[in-house]
Formats: sequence, structure tokens, C-alpha cells
Amino acid sequence: MTAPRGDVRIRSRWAPYVLTARYLALFALACFFLMPVYALLVTALKSPAEVSVVRMWQWPHALSLDNFRIVWPKLRDGFGNSVAMALPASVISSLLGAANGFVLAKWRFPGADFVFALILFGMFIPYQAVLIPMFQTMSYTGLRGGLAGLVLVHVIYGLPITTLIFRSYFAGVSEELIEAAKVDGAGLLASFAFIALPIAPPAFAVAMIWQFTSAWNDFLFGVLLTTKDRWPITVALNNIAGSQAVPFNEAMASALLACLPTLLVYILLGRFFLRGLMAGALKG
Amino acid sequence: MMRRIRAWGPGLVLILPSLIALAIFVYGFLGWNLRVSVSSWRGLAPAHDFVGLANYTALFDDVRFTRFDVPNIALFTVVFVAGALAVGFALAALLDRGLPGEQAFRSIYLFPMAISFIATAIIWRWLLDNGDGESTTGLNRLFADAGLAWHSDWFKSGSRWAIAAIALPAGWSLSGYVMSLFLAGMRGVPEDLREAARVDGANAPRVFWHVVRPMLLPVLMSAVVILAHISLKTFDLFYAMDQKNIKIDTPALYMWFTTFDGGFYARGAAIAALLLLGVATVIVPYIWYSVRAERR
Repeated sequence: MTAPRGDVRIRSRWAPYVLTARYLALFALACFFLMPVYALLVTALKSPAEVSVVRMWQWPHALSLDNFRIVWPKLRDGFGNSVAMALPASVISSLLGAANGFVLAKWRFPGADFVFALILFGMFIPYQAVLIPMFQTMSYTGLRGGLAGLVLVHVIYGLPITTLIFRSYFAGVSEELIEAAKVDGAGLLASFAFIALPIAPPAFAVAMIWQFTSAWNDFLFGVLLTTKDRWPITVALNNIAGSQAVPFNEAMASALLACLPTLLVYILLGRFFLRGLMAGALKG
Repeated sequence: MMRRIRAWGPGLVLILPSLIALAIFVYGFLGWNLRVSVSSWRGLAPAHDFVGLANYTALFDDVRFTRFDVPNIALFTVVFVAGALAVGFALAALLDRGLPGEQAFRSIYLFPMAISFIATAIIWRWLLDNGDGESTTGLNRLFADAGLAWHSDWFKSGSRWAIAAIALPAGWSLSGYVMSLFLAGMRGVPEDLREAARVDGANAPRVFWHVVRPMLLPVLMSAVVILAHISLKTFDLFYAMDQKNIKIDTPALYMWFTTFDGGFYARGAAIAALLLLGVATVIVPYIWYSVRAERR
């Protein structure tokens, strides 16, 4: 065993006990965070016959996918609607955010910081305060009921965070790069397309993952703006699993299916997800 | 002058579509909502009259709003913010100096953030069930299985603390976020500052108290602002937990039901305007501070 690099501390003789105590605490807390997942998994994987509240915390005797087979037909439409809504919402919002972020970081106009603050406010407003006008506008324009209206509001209310993510990202790009392009005669669009966009994939990953997750998980806009055959997954889930009449094993299987995509994104691309979270707290 | 406009003009043009969209959907809608809140709109057809602050004063005489919603959301906010801060800070402090397996622990604490409030509520509604005897389930069943004779009615309790039980799923969802904020703050403290304190003979707790803690104040402020504003505007978590339970009713839920179920648009707009006021008082100074701090 070698000491960690640069660590010249004199180890206290209590150090091993402190480390053990830290592990115990971390492990206990991990159990708390995983406990709902455990309950979810063992319930969803039991056969409907084996489910009982008395044995809810026990491991299934035999693994069964019957619950998923029962609930999938009821969730399938909602799942498809959410895919068809969340993908364009995240791509369009990120592209617009990239343009905004580039301008606000590298092609600044007088008052750019004030405009940026005004944009940022949009991501913190309680959406209750725009629901009535949104309902009226979308009804009036005929966009209420289908997915197009839902995509539109997710794109627009996603602009503050995507603009923020790209503005922070482009602020880190050296001025010389942009100035050199300007000297070579490149205008705004050329600089954006040939200098900024090619180096922006990490920011796209952060923005798109954030937008995909929030559009997928949204309930309020979905329930306000869509009708039954266009319900996103959260609204469908709430209608299936929300009623008391539904057996809880089916409710658990539905909940698991409904959060699978965002969980997969989190597991595969967790570090981009985390950077989106930091941006969301204005911590770049 | 013309040359300067030619320099920054194209940038303005490029972001103009986004600015117009936000001007309408954020500021236009907020103003429109204010307008509805001073009308007498009730029922299907919008009313364009002006009744002054009548809808607001009516809310202050409304038992549901003053005796349930406002105390409920205040209690929930305090319990949820304090709880998530305490757990998130403890997690960050435990992980700060690094140890094998850190990445796995961090992922476990953060993953609930990726799950929708609807799914979270459906899981926790069942974990916090208040069934008794043979029908005991959820956490109460877990306690019973562990031999603990302890039973809670959670959010179905008759007490005015019932809504505090919702802080459990909300904290489960967001404590990992607080941990990430604190961890980033702790690791942003320059190592030579800590080293200097150690050379001066400070042990780990003293290094934390005298060097790290003062630098965490901005992080603490961010976390409080983020959590408090989420608490005020959250709708789906309560809605999916138990939407007909007055003990966990909040202004956000009242706004929804009175507007879109009851047709009391003007009253709903007034509740929403008060919510906006509550959120803006924490958020506007925060944005101001963040944008200014960045310029320095």
C-alpha cells in the first residue's frame, strides 16, 4: 500500500475506525435510497398470484414477467407519445439554445447580460402562473389536444436552461478563435456553424439529456394540453396506476416501465446529467 | 454607430425568434394571468371586466386557502428544505475526502432525480400506506417485519403534520442534488488552503470548520433557493400521492382544481399570481446575484 499522491498528513491512529464508520453511514444511506427500488422490483417481478401485502418485502419464489405483460398494452400508446414528443422537444430546444448561447457569450450586443437574466427567469417561474393563458392560446390556435402543442411548450420553456448551458460552454472558448475567424471574414453564421458547433457536442449532450428528462417526466403540461389518445407516459401512468382499484403489482410494473428510458439515460450518460443539474442551479 | 450595429446586429437577429417566444410565453402570459386575476371570469366564457383585488381579498377569507393551503405549503417547505439540506450535506461530507466506491455511492444517491414525480408518488404512496393489522403494508410492514411495534398513518394522518410525510419522497428525489452541489463546493476549495491549515496543525474537523465551511455559504444559498422554489411550485407529486386529501392540499393544487375542474378562472389566476410572487421573491435576487457574481 502506498499513500495517495501528495498526501503528507500524519495518519491518526483512529483513521481506520473513521473510515469504517464512514462506510457504514454511506451504506445505511444507500439502503434507504435503494429501498423503494427494491420494493418496486420484487413486486413487479412476482407473479400476480404470489403478490400479497404480508410478503411484500420478500424475494419472489419464481421470477415472473406477467405484470409487465398485463400493463404494457395499456402503457404502449403513452410510451410512444412520449418518445414522439420528447425527442423533437429536446433536439429543437438544444439547437435554439446553442444559437442563443453563442450570441450571448461571443457575439454580444448592448444589454446582453440583462437580456440573459430576463431569459433565465423563465426557468424558475411557477408554471401555474402561465397555465390559463397557455390553455387559451393553445385552444385558440388549435394546438391543444395533439403532440405539436406539447412539443412547442417544451421547446419554449426549455430555452432558458439550454441557453444557459451553451452560454456557459461557449464562454470557455478562447476569444482568439472567434477573432481569428472574424479576421478571415467569417460572419456570425459562419463562425457559429464552422467554429462553435463542431466543438459543442459535450454541451449538446448535457442540454439534450436535460431536456429529454424534463419533457419525459413532465405531467402538468401533458395533462393540460393533450387528450386521451395523445397522453404522454406520465399522464397515462397516473391514470392506470393512480386509481385505488388497480392491484399494486400492476402499479409497480407500470411505474418501472414508465421510468425506464430516463433511468437508462442516467445510467449510461450520468456525468452529462450531473452537469445539467449543476447548470440548473446556475452553477455552470 | 452604423458600424457597431453591423457588428452586433446579426447576433440580435439570430436570437430574436427565441426572445419573441419567451417574451410571449413567459412575460406575456404572466401579465395575461395577472389580468385574469383582476377579472370576474368564471365558467367557460372569459370575462374582460375589472373587479380590482376582489379575487385576492376573497382568497384571504377562503378557509381552504388560509387554513390549509398556506400553512400546509409553509410546513412542507420547512421540513423538505431542512431535511434535504441535512441529508445532502451529510452525504457530501461523508464523500468529500474520497474513498473507494465513491462513484457507485454517488450514483445511488442521485438516481431518484431521474424519475418523474408521478412514478415517485406511485411508489411512495404505497410505501407510506396506513393500512393496519393484516393489511399493513409499505414501511409499516417493514417495521413490523423487523419486529418494531411502530405504526404511522403518514400523509393520511388526521394531524396537520400529515403533509410533512410528503417530504420523505420529495427528499428522496432531491437530496442527491443537494449532495452534488455541496460536493462541488467542497472540492472547489483550493487544496493549498487546506494544506496550509494542516501545516498549522489543524485536524480534519478544524480544517472543515475554518477553511471549507465559510466557502460553502454561496452553495448553501443556491440549495435553499432551488429547493424552496421547487417546493412552492410542485404539483404532480401531491396530485399523484392523494389528490383529494385536504391535509396535503397546496396552493398549486387548489389553483388546478378551482380553475380546470371548477371553472373559477379568476380565482385560479389570483392563486397563481400569489405563487409567482412567492417564487419571485427568492428567485429574482438569486438571478441578480448570480449574473453579477459572474461578471466580477
